[in-house]
Amino acid sequence: MRMRSVRTLASALALGASLLASQALAKSDITIAMQLEPPHLDPTSAAAQAIDSVVYTNIFEGLTRFMGDGSVAPGLAESWEISEDGTVYTFKLRDGVTFHDGTVMDAEDVKFSLDRARAEDSANAQKALFAGIETVEVVDPLTVRLTLAEPNGNLLFNLAWGDAVIVAPESIENIKTNPVGTGAFTFGNWVQGDSITLNRNPEYWGDQPVLETATFKFISDPTAAFAAMMAEDVDVFDNFPAPENLPQFEADPRFQVLVGSTEGETILSTNNQQPPFDDIRVRQALAHAIDRQAIIDGAMFGYGTPIGTHFAPHNPAYVDLTGNSAHDPEKAKALLAEAGLPEGFQTTLHLPPPSYARRGGEIIAAQLAEVGITAEIINVEWAQWLESVFKGKDFGLTIVSHTEPMDIGIYARPDYYFQYDSSDFQAVMAMLNSTTDPAERARLMGEAQRLISNDYVNGYLFQLAKLGVARAGVRGLWENAPTAAIDLSAISWDE
Amino acid sequence: MLRYALKRLLSLILSLAVASVVIFTVIEVAPGDPASFMLGVNAQEDTLAALRAELGLDASKVQRYFNWVGGMLAGDFGTSYTYRTPVSQMIADRLWVSLPLALFALTLSTLIAFPAGIYAAARRGKPGDLTVMGATQLGIAVPNFWFAMMLVLIFAINLRWFNAGGFAGWDKGFWTGLHSLTLPAIALALPQAAILARVMRSSLLDILGEDFMRTARAKGLSRRQALWRHGVRNALIPVLTIIGLQFSFLLAGSIIIEQVFYLPGLGRLVFQAISARDLIVVESVVMLLVFAVITVNFLVDLAYAAVDPRLRSRT
Repeated sequence: MRMRSVRTLASALALGASLLASQALAKSDITIAMQLEPPHLDPTSAAAQAIDSVVYTNIFEGLTRFMGDGSVAPGLAESWEISEDGTVYTFKLRDGVTFHDGTVMDAEDVKFSLDRARAEDSANAQKALFAGIETVEVVDPLTVRLTLAEPNGNLLFNLAWGDAVIVAPESIENIKTNPVGTGAFTFGNWVQGDSITLNRNPEYWGDQPVLETATFKFISDPTAAFAAMMAEDVDVFDNFPAPENLPQFEADPRFQVLVGSTEGETILSTNNQQPPFDDIRVRQALAHAIDRQAIIDGAMFGYGTPIGTHFAPHNPAYVDLTGNSAHDPEKAKALLAEAGLPEGFQTTLHLPPPSYARRGGEIIAAQLAEVGITAEIINVEWAQWLESVFKGKDFGLTIVSHTEPMDIGIYARPDYYFQYDSSDFQAVMAMLNSTTDPAERARLMGEAQRLISNDYVNGYLFQLAKLGVARAGVRGLWENAPTAAIDLSAISWDE
Repeated sequence: MLRYALKRLLSLILSLAVASVVIFTVIEVAPGDPASFMLGVNAQEDTLAALRAELGLDASKVQRYFNWVGGMLAGDFGTSYTYRTPVSQMIADRLWVSLPLALFALTLSTLIAFPAGIYAAARRGKPGDLTVMGATQLGIAVPNFWFAMMLVLIFAINLRWFNAGGFAGWDKGFWTGLHSLTLPAIALALPQAAILARVMRSSLLDILGEDFMRTARAKGLSRRQALWRHGVRNALIPVLTIIGLQFSFLLAGSIIIEQVFYLPGLGRLVFQAISARDLIVVESVVMLLVFAVITVNFLVDLAYAAVDPRLRSRT
């Protein structure tokens, strides 16, 4: 009797196991969690990164695209030719590409998309990407010609942004709630506040993805994120909000942790026009008062790469300038005394919601106190930060991660919120923009990095890490985040 | 009676008008521009202006206030700045989560509180009473999100009986929907049950000292019979008042629980809308809740008057 029940149990278990195995083999759906929900699904009219995370390359594609390693590859444009003087780009489009509603993607759609993005009343959040484009002409259904006012070495890079994807005039009206693109996945369903589902596009022009459906779930609370992963309610957490929990996932064989890089330079932004920060000695004192590694360890639990300038360390053109602002409180005090502030001074430190800012801010305030600077911490929401710090320029210091790729150009804008005004730097950026030779561009980028580092424009802290957590069997996830994207095309299950 | 009802109605309308002004002002003075929130740090000035015009934010505040109120009177709550869908539809969708959750939690808390309160009252001063009172003290002191985290740890992560959060949707079936609301409902219900049990107990103890209870015993009813037939029934009146208050709290106040369990409810909608400066959504949801509370009060006033004629002549 007992023997039989044991045998029954064993066979039941075996059956269960084989069922599980066959299910695992056939698994073609995935649930991916992210912290923020997109407000809508039009990447060409909002800055919210959550939109790109869902739609970039999955639903919408551009003429060029970012790959997982940050390189720019052909997208809907198969190839292109650049005129001798660098002002005319002729793009050859892929043949046989259709939108999800069945209409053909051709040169007219490209013209429509680019003209819409750069139009006077355009709602594009990155309109500057298209600034140099003078005309967009349809040569034939599969050829588009872009004429620029002056050479722009960044054009192919700019066109890879989610803000430059190709949309169709037929479906533009409802793009925010029913996006129709050319990508490998079609929009399925959106339960607002909960999830968005995408389905495989059987008509896709490129390789068919393995996944049949993908569900994006929105979990903003870090504790809830931990619980959802642990309970295996979700398969992937795109950018896990609680670095302190990662060792637990690393130790658990059910999970894998993917630590990669992002384009986010996390900086102690300094109001360069507000006394005493208009004195370079004070800014240099700030830089030497800061202990980067202590901030990375304390606020990010060790995840993050120290930076000494506003540039991503994984970029080949990066120059390591951390030595320029090594932690040296004595030197900081000496510099303050030299600037006529031997007793230190008081300032404000505005902290937006992300933990890198709130936690990092506490540590920085303590480090500044050591050299006599009293930084009053003011916690703000993003909307407030945009209003008072970014637009109103009413701040002394603030901590923010600048997540746009290759955004060193912001230092050439004297009205940008930290208000750095250097004609040398502006000249270097102007040269960079009109240079297409890669070696010369790298040299100029190095020059630009040195200039802002030597001027101690801001306190350069660390490059934000991308911290992904996934079930052990998930393959094909992007480790790095060259742009906000969760590219579903290469994702598969391996069990 | 009619005069009284009209008076109450007038005061209801006045309250709503005042509430609308207060809500609009408080929300509009908070710093932050919806358009720059949506377009981020690289937006150009002309882009921001175009979006503001599209959202109707370029009109004066007074103009926008009257547009908003006028729209609501016509049943139009406006269109969300960020989601670009009608606010009324968003509220309706979210109510399908929040309302059942509140009812579920209320049912659970009543089911726990009634027996606990009655048991404690019947055993006043004895160990059973002390245990129940100790437990309710704890229940009031511990915040519901802590309960929520413990429940997730035990029942979702370790036992795997429930999902750690999220809402399956009623279209997947009634029981599936209810299943996904179970842990949040328990977390919401426990502290409410603790309060309710204490109210039940003290209300019942008051009743037990009344003359009619002694009469009931004198008639020959046993302690237990007297407790159930006359005690509990009379003790219910204050308890029902508390339940009514708790319901509106549960409906409007489950923001944290909805965050912890990532439920697409009304609370989470308000939370998201506030951080995105989706002013129209915040204003409309808050106004709706105020409307609900004021209307319930109005109905209660009328009911009191119907029961107690003395109220009609006063005020």
